[in-house]
Amino acid sequence: MLPFNNGFASPLWHNGPIPGGLYNFPGHNGPASQPKKDYGVQRASQPITTGTSVVGLKFDGGVVIAADNLVSYGSMARFQDVQRVFNINNKTVVGAGGDFADFQCIKRYIDQKIIDDMCYADEYEMKPKSLYNWLTRILYTKRSKFEPLWVDIVVGGVEDGVPFLGHVDLRGRSYQDDVIATGFGKHLALPLLRERTETGKPIGRDEAIALVKKCMEVLFYRDCRASPNFTISVCTKEKAEILGPFKVSQNWELAKSVEGY
Amino acid sequence: MFRNQYDSDVTVWSPQGRLHQVEYAMEAVKLGSATVGLKNKDYAVLVALKRASSELASYQKKIIPIDDHLGISIAGITADARLLSRYLRSECLNYKYSYDTAYPVPRLIMNLGNKMQVTTQRYDRRPYGVGLLVAGYDDQGPHIYQVVPSANYYNCKAMSIGSRSQSARTYLERHLKEFKNRTKDELIIDGIKALKSSLPNDESLSSLMEISIAVVGKDQPFKILDDEETKQYLDRTPPVGPQPSSAAAAPAVPGPGPGPEEDYPERDPPADPAVDVGTMEH
Amino acid sequence: MSSIGTGYDLSASQFSPDGKVFQVNYAAKAVEKSGTVVGIRGKDCVVLAVEKIITSPLYEENAASRIYTVDKNIGLVLSGLLADGIKLLSIAREEATNYRMQFDRTIPLKILNERLSAYIHAYTLYSAVRPFGAAVILASWDEVNGAQLYKIEPSGSSFGYFGCASGKAKQQAKTELEKLDLKNMSTEEVVKNAGRIIYQVHDELKDKEFKLELSMVGKEVDGLHRIEPSIWYEMAIEAGNAAKKEDDSDNEV
Repeated sequence: MLPFNNGFASPLWHNGPIPGGLYNFPGHNGPASQPKKDYGVQRASQPITTGTSVVGLKFDGGVVIAADNLVSYGSMARFQDVQRVFNINNKTVVGAGGDFADFQCIKRYIDQKIIDDMCYADEYEMKPKSLYNWLTRILYTKRSKFEPLWVDIVVGGVEDGVPFLGHVDLRGRSYQDDVIATGFGKHLALPLLRERTETGKPIGRDEAIALVKKCMEVLFYRDCRASPNFTISVCTKEKAEILGPFKVSQNWELAKSVEGY
Repeated sequence: MFRNQYDSDVTVWSPQGRLHQVEYAMEAVKLGSATVGLKNKDYAVLVALKRASSELASYQKKIIPIDDHLGISIAGITADARLLSRYLRSECLNYKYSYDTAYPVPRLIMNLGNKMQVTTQRYDRRPYGVGLLVAGYDDQGPHIYQVVPSANYYNCKAMSIGSRSQSARTYLERHLKEFKNRTKDELIIDGIKALKSSLPNDESLSSLMEISIAVVGKDQPFKILDDEETKQYLDRTPPVGPQPSSAAAAPAVPGPGPGPEEDYPERDPPADPAVDVGTMEH
Repeated sequence: MSSIGTGYDLSASQFSPDGKVFQVNYAAKAVEKSGTVVGIRGKDCVVLAVEKIITSPLYEENAASRIYTVDKNIGLVLSGLLADGIKLLSIAREEATNYRMQFDRTIPLKILNERLSAYIHAYTLYSAVRPFGAAVILASWDEVNGAQLYKIEPSGSSFGYFGCASGKAKQQAKTELEKLDLKNMSTEEVVKNAGRIIYQVHDELKDKEFKLELSMVGKEVDGLHRIEPSIWYEMAIEAGNAAKKEDDSDNEV
């Protein structure tokens, strides 16, 4: 359990000893680790190791979220086999773009919450709306301290039988929609997805997956920070599952038609 | 009242492994007027006896709303109850702020228990002298929890605490199996009946007493019924005959009563039968 | 305890002339009054079992539970004052979290035991606090370390065990445990013995009803700590009832 409720290991009396309080890493909260405050503080002004777009789509009875498996270091395709969509539990999934270290940090806390749920053994489970709300609070609080966690997170899932899809970003901005894309996907994938959703006809699971796959293909061709390998997470009332990794079937024949350079 | 040398501080164990200060705090619960909590499949109901300390005073508030899905009724030191309810309210509010959902009742109560436990272990604190009945509703359905000064808490099918509450518990035990299929209205009336059975034979609901009812459940945020509604339920409750004198001897819960242990303090004759809620074991 | 009432037994920060800290012993008395609990370590599992005495028919089945999960594969069973025990449970869970946050892995039971013991021990050093009136049994299983079982006393001292017991019928349960070849015992046998012992040590005359609480962690439950997993739980109850029947018929003869 994370000790934000009662702070159990409190001193036995005012300024007294803290039982069991001897094992933290040296300098954890000690005076030595405090930086001197006689000069300004530099804040993060850009992400470092980054994931690119995440694409999410609601369908009849569930949601699907996809992201490619690349984590870039600047313009270098540095880590080429990193999953960026995750099943949190049976009803909640997330996809992450932006600074991957920041997301990993957040993910640890989420994982601990899931373990907490297991330990309580009381059948309550983290629901998508709860996770979405929690992320919003965390990210907004951090940005208000001028220490943003540089992430773009898509939360999906099924809550009480109803599909849920939401997006939170580094400034705590959040919205829910039937289609969501982050990063480059905002420009390239959203029109493709909306073209289909605006027909108003219900979308089935298989069609949704095909649609998202198409988006990943388009993104691969146009987004220089994208990779052909991608993973899909599908969440329905029954279960959450990870599909893939898939690979975009590439066709560069068109390169020959590019002339005049 | 006899004092023994082990009963003055909460930090001192008696040779029998008891904490007299904590046990005395449990007695405070019995000084408060009775309150009853019970539940069916979809609702949890609290019924409490409001008393006025004099004819010039207004009734003591017995039921405290905490959140839309949760409320408590109290017996014991009211000021302590306000402290605990402030804690519960802020916990529920923080949880809702973080997770956009109601605090799961069992988890909230576990945290409350841990907060209360601290006061039973430190020289500079005293236990809270109040017992709570918590009525809540969440994804797992309705809950009735009993919380006692020793920081123990119990998930209950139905429960009654406070002065002369043994008779109410006897009533609840007798009808325990029926509650599940009761309608909301019937359940409330059952609660009133149970509470009435805890009144002394010569007392009916006099001008110094009144009943307070609260309900929470499916599509029903925690609500304390207003005077009009309360009266309607009271009118619909059939009069309870005087309790048969055997009632006190009826299925009293087993529990180690005053034993031959040498450090047990002699008490005034308890107003309540020495029931299990009065001990710290288990 | 000859020193009762001589004034050396009122504070945890005070020794008696014969070198005892009576307050710690008195706290242990609180543990002896609670329902019996046992922890049994077999070849590929640890089973925890509790004689939960039902003090009121108004309580739900799961009221005042004594078995809890600390982390995926760590179980904890309490004896003594429940409120003290649940506080310790919360500390144990925090320790497990703290460890995972630092090292990104589940806390080894050896470490958890050390940390929780240190915590409990700290409460035996000062007059401003009282020792915990609860004993804690910790159980875990994993591929590397196998089955592990520790018990921590109110004094803060702890040991690893093959089988251990606490509470009212601790002696009787220990006697039963000592008869068994625990090192080589299969999961099924451990579960059955756990059920049997709890039913056997239950004193029907003193305490009316009880509920068997049981949990296990081990190979057969995917390395997770599971509370009352259905098939195993029924197996334990069956073994318990059979043992009780046998005892009863012995008495008739």
